Amino acid sequence: MQITTNQQTKKDQGEMVEPASINAESDPAVVKNGYGEDYCEVKVKGLNFYYGSKQALFNVNLRAKEKGVAALIGPSGCGKTTFLRVLNRMNDLIPDTYLEGKVCIHGEDIYDPSTDVVELRKKVGMVFQQPNPFPKSIYDNVAYGPRIHGLKNRARLDEIVEKSLRGGALWEEVKDRLHDPALSLSGGQQQRLCIARVLAVQPKILLMDEPTSAIDPIATQRIEDLIRNLCTDYTIIIVTHNMQQAARISDYTGFFLQGEMIEWGETANLFTNPKDKRTEDYITGRFG
Amino acid sequence: MEAIGKRAAMRSKSTGKSEWRSTELLGYWVLRFTLVLVLFILGVIVYDIVAKGIGVINWEFLTQPPRTGMTEGGIFPALVGTLYVTLITIAFAAPFGVAAAIYLNEYAIQGRFTRLVRMSLRNLAGVPSIVFGLFGMAVFVKLFGFGPSLIAAGLTLGLLTLPVTVTASEEALRTVPRVYREGAFALGATRWQVIRSIVLPRAIPGILTGTILGLARAAGETAPILATGAAFFLPHLPDSIKSQFMALPYHLFIMATQHHAISQVRPIAYGTALVLLLLVCILNFGAVILRKRYRDKAAKGL
Repeated sequence: MQITTNQQTKKDQGEMVEPASINAESDPAVVKNGYGEDYCEVKVKGLNFYYGSKQALFNVNLRAKEKGVAALIGPSGCGKTTFLRVLNRMNDLIPDTYLEGKVCIHGEDIYDPSTDVVELRKKVGMVFQQPNPFPKSIYDNVAYGPRIHGLKNRARLDEIVEKSLRGGALWEEVKDRLHDPALSLSGGQQQRLCIARVLAVQPKILLMDEPTSAIDPIATQRIEDLIRNLCTDYTIIIVTHNMQQAARISDYTGFFLQGEMIEWGETANLFTNPKDKRTEDYITGRFG
Repeated sequence: MEAIGKRAAMRSKSTGKSEWRSTELLGYWVLRFTLVLVLFILGVIVYDIVAKGIGVINWEFLTQPPRTGMTEGGIFPALVGTLYVTLITIAFAAPFGVAAAIYLNEYAIQGRFTRLVRMSLRNLAGVPSIVFGLFGMAVFVKLFGFGPSLIAAGLTLGLLTLPVTVTASEEALRTVPRVYREGAFALGATRWQVIRSIVLPRAIPGILTGTILGLARAAGETAPILATGAAFFLPHLPDSIKSQFMALPYHLFIMATQHHAISQVRPIAYGTALVLLLLVCILNFGAVILRKRYRDKAAKGL
């Protein structure tokens, strides 16, 4: 993890995300936070995204510093999941998609032809809406990532599996049955397994696409706790339908509407004092 | 179905829509009768073959070559020939079919080209087998210079099964849930790693089933081997893939229509038919067992 060279970053660990702005250079919020312009973990500039001829994202801008949780909220079909999948190039798998603008992670343009997508996805892990453990054992699920990246040493794998399962707050529950099928776990456990599986490839950034929408409230709470724990070590960007969830767990929030990022700011501010009328209407439940 | 009839009658009384009801009842009985008819015909054929063939089948019949102008003895060379040619067929059709299906479903950009390929495959599956036979003769026997041989016939049968194998394999690949692929891709797996470690293990049962069913069809084909290597009679077993061979379907054809003493060899013909039938049944049954084993394994999630 790049703890950055900037002392101030460590001090203000909570405030890892900066407001997006088309002219970030002149945005007073950026200046106020005192971060240098040179380094952002995730920097998105003028992003347009198309499915065929249908445009799904319109001029999205975002600058995120290291660590903490950023939530993306908005009604269904507003482009938040599309945006999330831009960040690890998962949209590459969908034929006939097209992208304009710049998406930089750790200062590198991830859509540059020279980018190694495998390396990118190792660095930017993803957890999906539906828990999707592979139909293999618990152990093999977590070991999958390290194995495909060439790790064969059994002892080292054991170590990574334990560490990742602990990271996913699942170790205590499964340590005696690591070789049971992953599909025998409950939905919430499966989702934590998926998180552990991602941790095993040692990412820097975690993308989560509505990770709790398919799980019950108690399991949801465990995952929210887990997210809060993880955010001291990882930058987490989470898409959620649930505004309370965004308010509970995120440091920064972005509001998407019809493919545009309407507003982006500190979660507390955005929820109590939205700048845009549309954000206000959405968070007060007038639509969506 | 008496109950259904009664219920229908009752309902027709209560609603007064007697006309509609009786039409439905008629349809029901027509469908039912059709099924029974099909089963009956199938039953008669199987019964006829079993009843007349079972008498000649014994260990000698299976392990001895034909003797005295094929009026006595067994069908050993034909049985072995069919097994050999089937092995060549599977060795050719399975890897090519699966590889083509993987390319088509996992790598190819879906569009006009893949649609054209799929349509061609479906049409190819419907091409009469004699056409494959003549193609095999022109290409494998003549052009490639294999001569009439096991390899020429095996490759021809391979071509015949290829459309079935590709289509079945592709179908099997398509049933693997997208979430698994995405999960693996998101961990930084390459496309081949995803296919190798996630997709193929899930698709293997369907692929195997499709391949075996295709094979079962190929094993019973006469026309494609007629022109590519099947022999009327050979005193010895084929000793290389360039040798000619005897095969069960062709042997049956000879015994039933071409022999000089047809009525005398009739029991042998029935015996051959029964053996061929059993062989195809075994293959199909094997497919069912394999599928079930993999299903059970998949149900356990391993």
